[in-house]
Amino acid sequence: MQVLKDLLRDARFRFGFIVLVILITLAVMSFFSPYNPFRWNVVPRDLPPHWPHILGTNSLGQDIFWQLTFAVRNSLVMSLIAALISRVIAVNVGMVAGYRGGRTDRFLMFLSDSFLVMPLFIIIVLIGTIAKGRMSLPTLGLLLGVFGWAWDARVIRSQVLSLRERDFTYTAILSGAKTISIVFKEYMPFLIPLIFATLIGNMSWAIGMEVTLAILGLTNLNVPTLGTTLQWAINYQALLLGYWWWVLTPVVTSVFLFIALYLISVSISEYLDPRMRIQRIGQQG
Amino acid sequence: MNFTRRYLLPRLVTYFLVVFVGITMIFFIPRFLPVDPVQQLINRLSAQGTYMDPRVVNEMIEVLRELYGLKGTLWQQYWGFWRRLLRGDFGPSYFQFPTPAFTLIRQSLPWTAGLLLTTTLLSWIIGNILGGLAGYFSNRRWVKILDGVAMAIRPIPYYILALALLILLAYVFPLFPIGGGFVIGMRFTFNLRNVLILIRYAFLPALSLVIVGIFIWFQAMKLVVQSVKNEDYVKYAKMGGIEEKRIVGRYVIKNAMLPQITGLALSLGQIFSGALITEMVFSYPGLGTLLYNAIFTGDFNLLMAISTFSILLITSSILVIDLLYPLFDPRVRYR
Repeated sequence: MQVLKDLLRDARFRFGFIVLVILITLAVMSFFSPYNPFRWNVVPRDLPPHWPHILGTNSLGQDIFWQLTFAVRNSLVMSLIAALISRVIAVNVGMVAGYRGGRTDRFLMFLSDSFLVMPLFIIIVLIGTIAKGRMSLPTLGLLLGVFGWAWDARVIRSQVLSLRERDFTYTAILSGAKTISIVFKEYMPFLIPLIFATLIGNMSWAIGMEVTLAILGLTNLNVPTLGTTLQWAINYQALLLGYWWWVLTPVVTSVFLFIALYLISVSISEYLDPRMRIQRIGQQG
Repeated sequence: MNFTRRYLLPRLVTYFLVVFVGITMIFFIPRFLPVDPVQQLINRLSAQGTYMDPRVVNEMIEVLRELYGLKGTLWQQYWGFWRRLLRGDFGPSYFQFPTPAFTLIRQSLPWTAGLLLTTTLLSWIIGNILGGLAGYFSNRRWVKILDGVAMAIRPIPYYILALALLILLAYVFPLFPIGGGFVIGMRFTFNLRNVLILIRYAFLPALSLVIVGIFIWFQAMKLVVQSVKNEDYVKYAKMGGIEEKRIVGRYVIKNAMLPQITGLALSLGQIFSGALITEMVFSYPGLGTLLYNAIFTGDFNLLMAISTFSILLITSSILVIDLLYPLFDPRVRYR
């Protein structure tokens, strides 16, 4: 809690945190939606923003505000699945590679280098094209998770490499602690903030990927997400017809979401860097 | 000699291994997915309302399996895939039958390579210079303004930025053509006028890529320079009375460049994902548009060919940068 308090002193983190809380509230509100997001023509079409449709309605006859709550929920859940899965892989690969060193390290780093070098986007598009439309959101999250760990594994590995050389590691080894308990009990506290910062960066990447894939028509377009909402609006030429509320809603929401996630991750990684932290506290004191 | 053994050879071995693993992955992924590309094509044809005799359908499935290299056991397919690959034969494209997929790629590759290499290098150079100066003089007013702009532009999805530019500069203020790579129906011959037209058509897509690119490099470089700035040797140089200009150019930026060179190699890996969206928005006739068409027509051969090509091109360009790296970093040279 102390960490959160310290972080909240940073204006950037505060902004990001507030935006994220608002979006999560929106996502929770989807459970109270009066409309089924999969049904069309439940409200009059193409209404500009006006009570009771505060963000207007679209050409499919859906209320954009309630549709947005589902979109935010689905996008967040999908990106969380992707980020958590890739975190599990990245943490394990990074810790094992960093702690074991030697041949294991070289093999694992070769693996992550291959993932970094490969045009993953093209491979994901290849999978998306062949699985066309059948890809459910959890599957997409899984897929992005399997592909998105390589860089973070390297970051975690380099952190473990430096932890391994510290005195407390030798103390632990000499006092007979098992490898697993050293890695998970002793190193984890140092790694958790790092894992959290990369988690947020990865979520933002996954959401961006989903938007891109949806615009290419490679995800299941019936499930409302930020990407598919935009895809429908563009598909119906909402911009040319002047239905700005339809296009702008997903655009503005995703821009805010991206900025919020970005600011939070920047703020956390600065907080982690003790030199920066001293600078900031010095400024305030 | 020592250099060759310690740096060059491992690098080349890794290169061939990565290419092998990548292409193997591209071969196996579609085969392990529960969806059959041939069956999908047949479904699409019958969904369009074409009536087909069941016997004809069976024959068609056979022919398509042959064309897509999906015949025989997995190992036979794999073996055949490599044999054809080494001959540069990716089979005919479905969406422009019977043009070989390889020819289609050869036609559109120069467009993509020209646009993306230029913009990547341009934004890398500008971004690094700006970021280097901004990191060193981090208290100036223009740095704070640039920082704010970078923070606002960075998180915007590229697709939306490109669309906004297109609407603004081609539709609201028609300064640039709304799409395409060259005047329709005209053949490109090499003279000054045609080159100018070429640049005019490429300007908007290039602008969108450069804007995003500059700010990404700007932020990264600024962070690196800010930490290099506080190193001891910079302090000594200052105490020694070396001009500030010289310190920035010769000592600080030069040292901060190293991670950025690795970054350039990695960003080459993103070129194709950049190409797809850029070329789709600006209807630019490169590999991205080809890939887009392949996606929409379910052109299996063309998809495989483009994926293979992108792996080869990206890994090769990263190899080139890695081999040039010792030129910049003496530590690698003398290890």
